Amino acid sequence: MNNNTTNVLVVGVGGQGVILASDIMSEVFMQAGYDVKKSEIHGMAMRGGIVSSHFRFGKKVHSPLIKEGEADILFAFEQLEGLRWLNFLQPKAKIIMNDHKVNPPVVNLGEMEYPQGIPEIIGSKFKDFYLVKGTEIALQIGDARAANVVLLGAMSRFFDIKEELWLNTILNYLPPKVHELNRKAFFTGQGEIHQA
Amino acid sequence: MTGNEAIARGAFEAGVKVAAAYPGTPSTEILETIAREYKDIYAEWSPNEKVALEVVIGASLAGARTMASMKHVGVNVAADPLMTLSYVGVNGGLVLVSCDDPELYSSQNEQDNRHYARFAKIPMFEPSDSQEAKEFLKLGFEVSETFDTPVMVRGVTRISHSKGIVELQEPVVSPIPIEVRKQTAKYTMLPSFARVKHGVVEERFVKLKEFAEKFPGNRIEINDPAIGIISAGISYEYAKEVFPNYSYLKLGMVWPLPRNLIAEFFKKVKKVIVIEELDPFLEENIRAMGFKPKGGKNLFSMCGEFNPLIVEKGILGKKFKSPQPVFKEPLPPRPPNLCPGCPHRGVFHALKKLKLVAAGDIGCYTLAAYPPLSSLDTCICMGASIGQAHGMAKALGAAGKGKFVGVIGDSTFLHGGIAPLMNMAYNKSYATIILLDNRTTGMTGSQEHPGTGYTIRGEKTHKIDFIRLAEVLGVENIRTVNPWNLEETEKVIKEEVEKDSPSLIVTQGPCVLLRREFKKYNKPLMVDSTKCIGCKTCVNLGCPAISYQKVEGEMALTKDGKKRKGISYIDSSLCPGCHLCYQVCKFGAIQSQEEKPVFGFETM
Repeated sequence: MNNNTTNVLVVGVGGQGVILASDIMSEVFMQAGYDVKKSEIHGMAMRGGIVSSHFRFGKKVHSPLIKEGEADILFAFEQLEGLRWLNFLQPKAKIIMNDHKVNPPVVNLGEMEYPQGIPEIIGSKFKDFYLVKGTEIALQIGDARAANVVLLGAMSRFFDIKEELWLNTILNYLPPKVHELNRKAFFTGQGEIHQA
Repeated sequence: MTGNEAIARGAFEAGVKVAAAYPGTPSTEILETIAREYKDIYAEWSPNEKVALEVVIGASLAGARTMASMKHVGVNVAADPLMTLSYVGVNGGLVLVSCDDPELYSSQNEQDNRHYARFAKIPMFEPSDSQEAKEFLKLGFEVSETFDTPVMVRGVTRISHSKGIVELQEPVVSPIPIEVRKQTAKYTMLPSFARVKHGVVEERFVKLKEFAEKFPGNRIEINDPAIGIISAGISYEYAKEVFPNYSYLKLGMVWPLPRNLIAEFFKKVKKVIVIEELDPFLEENIRAMGFKPKGGKNLFSMCGEFNPLIVEKGILGKKFKSPQPVFKEPLPPRPPNLCPGCPHRGVFHALKKLKLVAAGDIGCYTLAAYPPLSSLDTCICMGASIGQAHGMAKALGAAGKGKFVGVIGDSTFLHGGIAPLMNMAYNKSYATIILLDNRTTGMTGSQEHPGTGYTIRGEKTHKIDFIRLAEVLGVENIRTVNPWNLEETEKVIKEEVEKDSPSLIVTQGPCVLLRREFKKYNKPLMVDSTKCIGCKTCVNLGCPAISYQKVEGEMALTKDGKKRKGISYIDSSLCPGCHLCYQVCKFGAIQSQEEKPVFGFETM
């Protein structure tokens, strides 16, 4: 695939704000001067199903879909979904994962177990791995729905793009009454990444 | 912009006056965007796609530029007017947008609607990204007016729901006056007029072929002449991504095809491969012209959508190296689900308990076919449940009494269920139909319809009264139920399926996501872990808020000393408090936090 393109796979469960997060990212990178494409499936996936959004930026992007085995960054909002999409990654991919679990129906019914030790499994296969307590932090700040902004804050640490652009774009997507909370969510998320 | 937003923008820039649609994934956001962003365009949700197309035919007759948008199977519903619209042509430009769904992300089949362009002898454009979606839509209106033809623009889910950068332009004003027109010979397809018109259609087709040769959206890109790819739409982008150095014939117009341009491409490159999702539409038509591509459906599947990996694999064949999976264990799947508090859940729980077969229809409730509810048994097309239930009644006679029902949502009923319900009454059926009136078009994300009392822009309007409508149609037994009251729901269904005359049961529970219909939500329920015996009855409601957790040691006994293997748990952040689980628990382990337990919600 085109080496100038960066491939970000954003995954999670319907209702977690995966699509909003990838919308925000594509807006940020477009404003920063890149060609961007992104793609996801809505419709039935809204009802608690798997959500995966492919986001790509570079000089000229053709396919809106990432080729399996070539995702450079996995941005996972839920542990099981992070695990599910590992095969889409290139060997040196970076992973930023929300430390949060949402049981799928078969687990609720007691027919299958939720896989144990997902962070350890991922950590053993990918060195560039960051586990962020996005949902927990958002709850502490006051609203679980801000988890995606905590995670975007963490994500923003890995790109050479002005903090203002991130923050303004995020707040543009949200009603004014939650701006203060999400500003805090963003900065707390940023603070969770130390190695960058 | 998404492809759908770009199509809406294209309509705006082209000076469209009237746009009509029925919601359907992946097309829904086209009209939603128009309603939200472009206030000068008249926009409506029509009750179905046939009506939507007829509305825009009338608008075009009056001289307005006009557009109808629908999902692929919606075009089947609109096919009747479409075939004759081809004969009558247009005054104001008319574009029909068809959004196909390869991979069936949210559809009952994955038909290839390029065949409709050939069938109706009309031009079809296929964009490969958002920018082209906007451009081709605008071009569609010019072609429509120049050639006096309806134009189709076809996209797929990956176009509709992918975002790319789009350059904006100012809207134009159409030069065609909008006025009352009397054009009997043009618009009245009596045999004598239509015979003449068929000749006109064939002449028009010759001219459209000439246009296709010159259209700059059909272009040859010569790089390495060893391999030449013929492709269109999203497949072109995948191929271009994986094989940037090959040569391409990129078709922006997929019908009619440019014969001379194709001939030129075959001369310029050594080996030609056709890459297209679904049917071999381009390939077969290119072969019919006498050309011999080396590759096509011998390399690629007719099923499902493509992606860059599939395209690479198809072209490289044996040389293809599959990426090595780093994780191979089977993982729990995560299918879509009825929401916590969904008004459909109680009905399907009752159907399961009564062991009734349910002729189903299209909507969120089709998900009740999955375990644990497993109580919906057919899904064909919009409105089919009622005809099927009636047909089963006629085939089975007395032996079928009390054994089955038909189940249909409110929006689906208004789309295609009224005529079959009338038929049931007229032809003396004993079938029972359950109308799941959740007061919205749920599956596509909550759109208005003639039963909600609001237009697409949220203005108040006439609201259909389902009870009165059923009376007028001649349905003898009409009942209403609160679908969150399990005992009542079960009792009413049981009574109605035993009757000799047609019955309609209307459930009165709005979609739980439709905030405006609820005075308030209830407090979440809680499991008393000392009483729960782990029988899984509540778990089998299939509510995403209820989970089952295994227990060991001290926890493996209830307060009364009964053994248990696990207990239920209710996630209070997900539970809106519908109280269905409260009703099914025989051990009093599920506790209401309301002053006294309720059946469902206080609604408006």
